[in-house]
Amino acid sequence: MQPLEMSAVDLVAALRQGDITAVQCTTVFLDRIEATNGTINAFLTVDREGSLVRAADIDARRKAGKPLGALAGLPVALKDVLCTNDMPTTCASKMLKGFRPPYDADVVARLRQADAVFVGKTNMDEFAMGGSNENSAFGPVRNPWDLSRAPGGSSGGSAACVAADMAPVAIGSDTGGSIRQPAGLCGITGLKPTYGRVSRRGLVAFASSLDQIGPMARSAADCALIMETIAGHDPGDSTSLSVDVPRYTDLLDKPLSGVRIGRVPEHYAEGLDPEVAKGVEEAFAVLKAAGATVHDVQLPHAKYGIPTYYLIAPCEASSNLARYDGAHYGHRAEPGGHAKKAGGFESPLVEMYCRSRAEGFGPEVKRRIMLGTYALSAGYYDAYYAKALRVRRLIRQDYLDAFQSVDLVGGPVSATPAFKLGEKTDDPLAMYLVDLYTVGTNLAGVGGISFPCGFTKSGLPIGFQLQAPPLAEPLLLQAADRFQRLTDWHRRRPKAAGEVKA
Amino acid sequence: MTTPPQPLTAKDVAKVGLLARLALSESDLERMTGELSKIVGFVSMLGEVDTSDVAPLAHPLDTQNVFRDDVPAASLSTAEALQSAPRHDGACFLVPAVLGDSGAA
Repeated sequence: MQPLEMSAVDLVAALRQGDITAVQCTTVFLDRIEATNGTINAFLTVDREGSLVRAADIDARRKAGKPLGALAGLPVALKDVLCTNDMPTTCASKMLKGFRPPYDADVVARLRQADAVFVGKTNMDEFAMGGSNENSAFGPVRNPWDLSRAPGGSSGGSAACVAADMAPVAIGSDTGGSIRQPAGLCGITGLKPTYGRVSRRGLVAFASSLDQIGPMARSAADCALIMETIAGHDPGDSTSLSVDVPRYTDLLDKPLSGVRIGRVPEHYAEGLDPEVAKGVEEAFAVLKAAGATVHDVQLPHAKYGIPTYYLIAPCEASSNLARYDGAHYGHRAEPGGHAKKAGGFESPLVEMYCRSRAEGFGPEVKRRIMLGTYALSAGYYDAYYAKALRVRRLIRQDYLDAFQSVDLVGGPVSATPAFKLGEKTDDPLAMYLVDLYTVGTNLAGVGGISFPCGFTKSGLPIGFQLQAPPLAEPLLLQAADRFQRLTDWHRRRPKAAGEVKA
Repeated sequence: MTTPPQPLTAKDVAKVGLLARLALSESDLERMTGELSKIVGFVSMLGEVDTSDVAPLAHPLDTQNVFRDDVPAASLSTAEALQSAPRHDGACFLVPAVLGDSGAA
């Protein structure tokens, strides 16, 4: 089998056994990136030189019989929201064009320690705000299954690069669905862990009470492998949980006998594409055949997820993104810059702030900063922000109540398969609704996994989502892995990606 | 719950723009007033949820303060901290005047 088609688990084993060297493995993926990235635009930075140096070092250490990390030689792509001290970190924003962080994110440091090889940084919606990757300042990513369609977002580059065999594994981040939704639309597997399971230090902050980092790969087994490296307590993130990390890969191959899976009738309301609904129902049937039982459960406040999320996330973003001030790092407007403002400024410093931010941020980021600033401003705080926090408690309680009677909650990831590029860009609110089935997980702080459960007649992947109580990642991975032992949807490769030329 | 005035006016948006430190042109203001009014109108559907007995939930974890040992450790050097600064003099970040009339950026 060729490295491009191998799972991360198999690649690591082949590297360990010496069937393939790290340099060979890295080269295969770099060549694939070079041949396809001109079309897919999944990578913002490709580190050919650096990755080959690291790969050669790993090969030398292996040859010398020195100890190596658990992922030695495995190519990994990093969403460009993760700080790397040897590659730019842009968040797909003009604000951070060329920015080189002085330190590695905790996740990056752990992967480095495990001897993973970073092939590059992936495209995304600017500052992780979006559901189509069209908010990137460096151009949209194209869905490898249909180049006229969006890959989803915000981790669109990470999803597309795995789908197009440009990397066996990518790291994403998920604030309201940004791992699971693009994984679903690109036909790959993506895990959003429980809030706190993975350290957020060095993840450029969007909404701190919602953000979580997770793996994106071709299978649940590969996600399990990556989780063993990236999960765990970090003294540098006070919200990271001080809880032992299970050996996820040892907990996979078990039948689902006795596992109770909830099905939410409200998921099938208007707006759900009939082909998606059919794929989801078939997935429930597979899980039943694997031994699980399926029960209807209620999430009564699920319909308030989107408005709650689109208050809380922008409020936190407006605060987090205040740091981009043109003074410490990032874009700074030159005197007499082009950004115009109605009315005056308070001082030359404030003018520099306002012009730098106007020039550096794209339209969606500005919209969310404005919305959050408005909702937090005097007179509106209680009506909007505090109200959303109260509804958030109700949403979380819905999940905790549901998990009294079931072990997992299943359903669609997205209401439709991948949509056309440009289809929703003129209507911000329509774009917000793509997160309908995913935001609840983040608001409740629980875990969720997305994996392919079928294809539409036109050949687009359909995603299935499972959500679990806090720290039940072993069960999420076990159920998804079981599903993938009984189906081969996750093994399908897009034709489009195979045909694209540089 | 107080009922906020809707829709937003361009004057509201201009004020928020200054609070958010975003320079907005007249056409930005016009476009954003429409967009924000629509979004604010949408999220206002939360008003129909009875939350009179519900406490706000700012964070998904039952958070408690976390303490660590107060051990000195290396931090960023001045050079590292300044490495990406748009303007600096080797010791400090340089910015335009904090006081005074706006003129140069």
